Amino acid sequence: MKKVINETELVFSAVSENESFARCAVASFCAQLDPTLEELSDIRTAVSEAVTNAIVHGYRDSGTGKVYISCKILENRTLVIKVRDKGCGIEDIALAMTPLYSGDPSGERGGMGFSIMESFTDDLKVISGLGKGTTVIMTKKFSPFNFCSVDPKTI
Amino acid sequence: MEVLTAKYEFSDNVLKITLSGEIDHHSAKAAREEIDLRILECKAGTVLIDLRNVGFMDSSGLGLILGRYTHAKEAGSVLKIVNPSPGAEKVLRMAGSDKIIPIIHRKNN
Repeated sequence: MKKVINETELVFSAVSENESFARCAVASFCAQLDPTLEELSDIRTAVSEAVTNAIVHGYRDSGTGKVYISCKILENRTLVIKVRDKGCGIEDIALAMTPLYSGDPSGERGGMGFSIMESFTDDLKVISGLGKGTTVIMTKKFSPFNFCSVDPKTI
Repeated sequence: MEVLTAKYEFSDNVLKITLSGEIDHHSAKAAREEIDLRILECKAGTVLIDLRNVGFMDSSGLGLILGRYTHAKEAGSVLKIVNPSPGAEKVLRMAGSDKIIPIIHRKNN
């Protein structure tokens, strides 16, 4: 087990207004790793996908239930984010993770949520059971902190 | 958070829609109907969606774009993306939407 350097937890109502709150909160927590703009954008996007899934699919957009996020910063600039809901669960995880597959019949969601989480982080695990809710675990390793990235002449 | 807003300009058979703010599942829901209505009203040959002021976009934004592309096609318009912000362009290209919806980078307008 890698040593946990810093951690935080968030619990909030499963309503769509909290999608931006969740990604901003996680991005703020990551600021201590001095991420690049692209790394920060990747984290915001991946968290937004996981939280939206919890609200729209986990709790079927009912506005009830809570979303639980835990963030841990481990040694070697590694961030582990868990997004958990206690909603309906996923019957077929492999099918749900297929690019372009969407459980939303309106066809307005693209079906790319898991593909984005997968491509914008270094590791993605999905644990789910019918009636037991879903947990998404995303791991991202940030690029080495580089003092030289700041031009000494500008200090 | 930044609220999503849309600005519409229609001239020379081109409808330009400039979106500003953050596009997620929450904000996309509200924008969808209004944009569809304008596309139907204008019946422009070309619909341009300008994404330079979109600071954040996830797969709901992608869904919004793909849905409007289909809607525009049914209304007889061709839809194109103009000047996406780096974050928006990464999502569009990752999903391969640029293979059906062209992305145009322009210095002016």
